[in-house]
Amino acid sequence: MSEQTLSHTTTTDAGSIPGTDVLEQMYRLMVTTTLADNRSTQEAKAGRLQAAFYPVRGMEAVCAALGAVLTPQDRMVSTYRNLGDALAKGVTLRSIMAELYGRIDGTSKGKGGPMHLHDTAVGFMATTGIVGSGLPIAVGLALANQLDGGGAATVVTFGDAATSIGAYHEAMNFAALWKLPIVFICQNNQWGEHTPIAEYAPSVELAKRASAYSMHAERVDGFDALATLHVIETAVERARRNEGPTFLECVTYRLTGHSGTADFSYVPRDELEAAMQRDPAPTFRTLLIDRGLTTSERIEALDREAEAYVLDAFQFAENSPLPHEDELFSDVFANDTWVRSVK
Amino acid sequence: MTTTERSTDTAVTSAAAMNSALDVAMAADDKIILLGEDIAEPTGGVFKVSKGLSTKYGVERVRSTPIAEQAIVGTAVGLALGGYRAVAEIMFFDFIAVCMDQVVNHAAKFRYMTGGATPTPITVRTVVGSSRFGAQHAQSLEAWFMHTPGINVVMPSSPADAKGLLAACLESEDPCLYIEHISLAYSKKEEVPTGHYSIPLGQANVLRPGRDVTLITYGPQVPVVEQAAEELAAKGIEAEVIDLRTLVPLDFDTVLSSVERTRRAVIVHEATQFCGPGAEISSHIHEELFNELIAPVQRVGSDYSPVPFSSALSGYPTVAKIVHSVEELM
Ligand SMILES: Cc1ncc(C[n+]2csc(CCOP(=O)(O)OP(=O)(O)O)c2C)c(N)n1
Repeated sequence: MSEQTLSHTTTTDAGSIPGTDVLEQMYRLMVTTTLADNRSTQEAKAGRLQAAFYPVRGMEAVCAALGAVLTPQDRMVSTYRNLGDALAKGVTLRSIMAELYGRIDGTSKGKGGPMHLHDTAVGFMATTGIVGSGLPIAVGLALANQLDGGGAATVVTFGDAATSIGAYHEAMNFAALWKLPIVFICQNNQWGEHTPIAEYAPSVELAKRASAYSMHAERVDGFDALATLHVIETAVERARRNEGPTFLECVTYRLTGHSGTADFSYVPRDELEAAMQRDPAPTFRTLLIDRGLTTSERIEALDREAEAYVLDAFQFAENSPLPHEDELFSDVFANDTWVRSVK
Repeated sequence: MTTTERSTDTAVTSAAAMNSALDVAMAADDKIILLGEDIAEPTGGVFKVSKGLSTKYGVERVRSTPIAEQAIVGTAVGLALGGYRAVAEIMFFDFIAVCMDQVVNHAAKFRYMTGGATPTPITVRTVVGSSRFGAQHAQSLEAWFMHTPGINVVMPSSPADAKGLLAACLESEDPCLYIEHISLAYSKKEEVPTGHYSIPLGQANVLRPGRDVTLITYGPQVPVVEQAAEELAAKGIEAEVIDLRTLVPLDFDTVLSSVERTRRAVIVHEATQFCGPGAEISSHIHEELFNELIAPVQRVGSDYSPVPFSSALSGYPTVAKIVHSVEELM
């Protein structure tokens, strides 16, 4: 992590600091994400949550920046590592958690699971468990928006290792060729499951590779919420003005194992400890207080609010009924008559 | 079946019939977008199915794409999420392997995985059936998709069906895989309704009535089976011929009610016989009509080999093989 140079300034310049409401919204989202994430991992480890849960720890600042910039008219396609993205887009934690528990009140009636959240009402269009496959789909959404006359952005999030797969390259080419209103958000947490970035990529500066597609590409310190906010805002506005695609590489670090229950002793101690020093929510809390952007009382109130919100969501999920067994055959096709006749 | 106007005297090929289905649908619904390699003018698609459409509807709606099958189908899926209806052309059926993920894991699954919230009604059009390019341009892979819940599988056998079934795919609320056969696309001509014309998915067509045996087939084997039925008739065996037209949904009602009468059945298809569509249909008939059957249901599919190039070699079903199979049953 340390040998990488960031092309974007990592310090925040006072001129671009947003208003208190935005800052508090960002902080609330970060804390909520961290708490819900930790709790999900705990539940998975305790065996109460029978789901492959993919923590977003380390990426909270990027998610908070997305939350501050995007409106429900903007659309997002995300991955299996989607908790922060979903919250950023306005999906309720209750419906997310109910889906994790396979309950009827989940975003997908419990039929999708944690890797397949969605809420079209807030523009959270799709999530996929196939690495890199969301990019072409987001290209289609961006094309739809362009054909509709534009005015909104399509954002697609994915990990660093997804930049190795064919779908990524095909989508980048389409987006640049057709000047689509799309923002590619690479959440570079520097690990692809068990493989560190330097072992699968000849050039670890992914934004450099992206610029070869003749699109705007930028690298930003993804632990720095305000720097990330700034580049995301600029890219989203470019898309909304129909001025073409942007690739943003948000450099963070994976603060947990690949999944909620996975061992991650293979991660070098010193790297992890250095990254932990920059854990997004506490870092942002310190920044807000040190710079006098809000008060410790406000922060404590926001912490309590987030705790209550998370507690309520888990309780709601646990109390939500399981889907009726008849749900097995609905939603395969628009009409389930034929499905039910198949043995 | 809805028919508005019938062309009076000009018979057309399936390629022209499909072009007409796209034309009629694009005129009626500006949300229909075509995507594929070389589909805009001057080419109009390597099989000319989209000839003239980009001139009429613009290159925004008839989009020639880079050679990127994952992105073609993925973009179609995304367009569907954005309220459009995309028709993705995959030049040869074999190339579907390149974009299998988007077809099978995304298009076929989105409705289910979201509890009904995000259906992706796209149409993937593709071409099959010529051994003149060798084994990577000839495979009948429909069983892969029949095996995947969530996608309709359609294979017309005549120009009129080609139009009517394509129109039905464009109107469907679900993703559809529409498979065209080269041997049918250019040779056979027949009168096809010129206006809007659609045939409901899941309705088999009884092409020839018969009392002695039911021959169940679809796509390119339809004319072969019809010829076999002629030869059988000359020998005093009256075969009923069913063209399934769609493999998902599969019209088991028509199949079973026919076999219930004839008490004998042979399934014929160009896909590899081993683990092919015929295995499922045969099993279904046995389970439902075991006591009615005079003899076990037979299958005539392609031999278990890649499609060979040399005309000296062929594993495809033939009239002789079909006739022989029926005679074994009598
Ligand atoms: C096509 C495909 N191959 C492999 C996997 C298994 N897999 C799931 S996540 C993952 C690592 C991906 O890393 P990255 O893209 O950097 O995202 P991150 O998990 O770090 O967020 C792998 C190999 C998969 N889901 N899809």
